[in-house]
This record gives sequence, structure tokens and C-alpha cells, in this order.
Amino acid sequence: MILEIISWISIAIGAFFVLVGGIGILRMPDLFTRMHPAGITDSVGAGFILLGLLPQSGDWLVSVKLALIFVFLLFTSPVATHALAHAALLDGLKPWTKARDKTRDKDGAP
Amino acid sequence: MLHAVGLFAVLFGTWVILSGHFTPFLLISGAVCAALTVAITLRMDLLDRRRDFLGRVWRLPFYWLWLAGQIILWALIVSRKVLAPRLDIDPVLERVPSSQRSDLGRVMYANSITLTPGTLSTDVREGEIEVHALTQAAMEDLKSDDMDRRVSATEAAPHKPAEPTEGER
Amino acid sequence: MFLAAAAALIAAMVLALARAFAGPTVYDRILAVNQIGTQTVLLIAVMGFISGRPDFLDISLLYALINFVATIAVLRYVKRDRARADKQS
Repeated sequence: MILEIISWISIAIGAFFVLVGGIGILRMPDLFTRMHPAGITDSVGAGFILLGLLPQSGDWLVSVKLALIFVFLLFTSPVATHALAHAALLDGLKPWTKARDKTRDKDGAP
Repeated sequence: MLHAVGLFAVLFGTWVILSGHFTPFLLISGAVCAALTVAITLRMDLLDRRRDFLGRVWRLPFYWLWLAGQIILWALIVSRKVLAPRLDIDPVLERVPSSQRSDLGRVMYANSITLTPGTLSTDVREGEIEVHALTQAAMEDLKSDDMDRRVSATEAAPHKPAEPTEGER
Repeated sequence: MFLAAAAALIAAMVLALARAFAGPTVYDRILAVNQIGTQTVLLIAVMGFISGRPDFLDISLLYALINFVATIAVLRYVKRDRARADKQS
């Protein structure tokens, strides 16, 4: 019973962070700032939802698979994010900054 | 050879965990599949033969616990920034020194930076990492923070210490 | 509770989809699609628990792997495309 409550709370927290990630990805001004909320979904959102599912599984095989999904996400998501950011920088994308937003200069690729 | 055996063990272990059945037929076909994969990997010369490994593996669980706390803390901070009615962000792109000696340590540090909401690694070089931070505070926290030191602490001590001041700055 | 989590995931997917439509750069779209992939992994896992069929987790696991490989592959493709365009101009 207590375990059930903990699991539900965990799922609720995870769902909240997933929503925050979704809102952030839409709200932030440029690619690099959007990646930060996206990272929230990948690490905290996924972590809490999978943690919440863990007590509901009732079978060691299911638990191991849940843990495996979490480990895969934890290893792959930063690599994908890093590759994306690196490629975007190489392509000449300039990160948004507060100062540039004020002056509104629009210089293209170098 | 050790690498090949290790690859086989990982592949076969994954097979067993994902199948969850222990009938002889499935176990044998799993072993055959793993062996075939290792053979093809050897033939294509794709086996990673670098000898990077962490010298103080027992420190990893402590590091992960600390990292989990850090991730949750910064997730809350970034969530507040995202949900705030006025967008209060000040992104910076800077280079941060890294003190890891092995590629594995550097990758661990860069991935830890990316996993922590608010900071994002964009380029990894020897001795420094380019980091994009959502706010000035996140960058300051990363610089003053001991994440770099903690990652380095999981590496082995150097065989020939280049500098007498090991790890500490 | 599972239904609420699924609803939150779908809502977040819609938001990410809006970003994929809005762009403005290719990389924004790749980020959004990658994000939708992560949310799909979680959604499949939650759906498995809703319908009481834990076999869904295998699909979820596979999706996590494909999502990663797909992101890297699309990135490589875009990069090569850009390099070729630069060479021509």
C-alpha cells in the first residue's frame, strides 16, 4: 500500500517533468536553450516514470527491463544531445544570448 | 582476446536477460548468435581495443548518487525558469577545464554535464570542454563545483604523475 | 494514475510536435523528433502497464535503441548534405 502510494507519487512527478520539458521545448528562444528542457524529459522525467512503474511490475524480468530502458536512455540521450549541439555549432548556428536579443542584429553564418 | 570474451559475455548476458527463458534451445541459439556477432566484429576489425578503464570503480555508485541529487536539484531550478511567466535566462557558451586523463573519464564528465539540466557540453577536447549553460549561475556552479574533481576521482591514479598536485586545483 | 501519465506524455508530444513543425532550423526539428521518440518510449511502457501486458517493454526497449540510432543517422545525413552544398556553392 505504501509502496503503491510512492509509485504513484513518482509517476506524477515524472509526468510533471515531462510536461515541463514539452513546454520548455516550445517556449525557449533558440536550439541550445531548447536542449536544456529536452534534457529534463530525458533524465528526470523518464527516471521518475520508470521508477514509479518499478513497484507495479511484480516480476523480476519486467523490473530488469525497466531498469535496462532507463540505463539505455541515460547513456544514449546525452550522446545524442551532444552530437546535435556539436553539429549545430559546426554548421555555424550562433547561440541566442540576452545581449543579441536586445540589439536584434541578424548576422548569418560566418 | 580479453576484449572479445568481454563482448561475448555482454551480448550473451543481454540475450539471457531479454529472453527470460532458460530452455536449452534458446540458451544455445543465444550463445551461437553472440559468438557469430563476435566473429563478424573481429573480421571487420571493429573491436575497440583501447585499454581505458576506471581504476576506482567502487567510487562510481557514490558518484552516481551525488549526480542524481545534482540532476534533480537543477531540474527543479530549470523547471522554475521554464514555467516562469517572464523568461529569465542568460545563456553563455564557454570553455571549462577538465582534469581527466583518460578518454573514458572525459566522456563521463561530458555526459554528466549534459545530463544535468542547465548545462550542455558541445565540444570535448583534451583538457577542456566547451559548455553551453542556460544561465550564468549554472556556468558558475559548474566551474566552482567539484563535478570535475569527482569524475577524476573515479579514475586510476596516474602511473607517472605529471604534476605533483594530483587532481586538486 | 497510468492514464494521467499517458495523458501528460501525449500532451508533451503535441508540444514537441508543434516545435517540429515550427522549426526554424533542421536541428530544432531533429531535437523535437528525438524528444518525441523519448516520450514514445515512456508512453509504450506506460501503455503496457495500462493494458496489463508487460511484453510492451520489449518494444519500448527496442524503440529506445532505434531512436538513438535514428537521431545519429539523420544527423550524419544532414551534415553530409550540408558539406556537399558548401562544396557546390
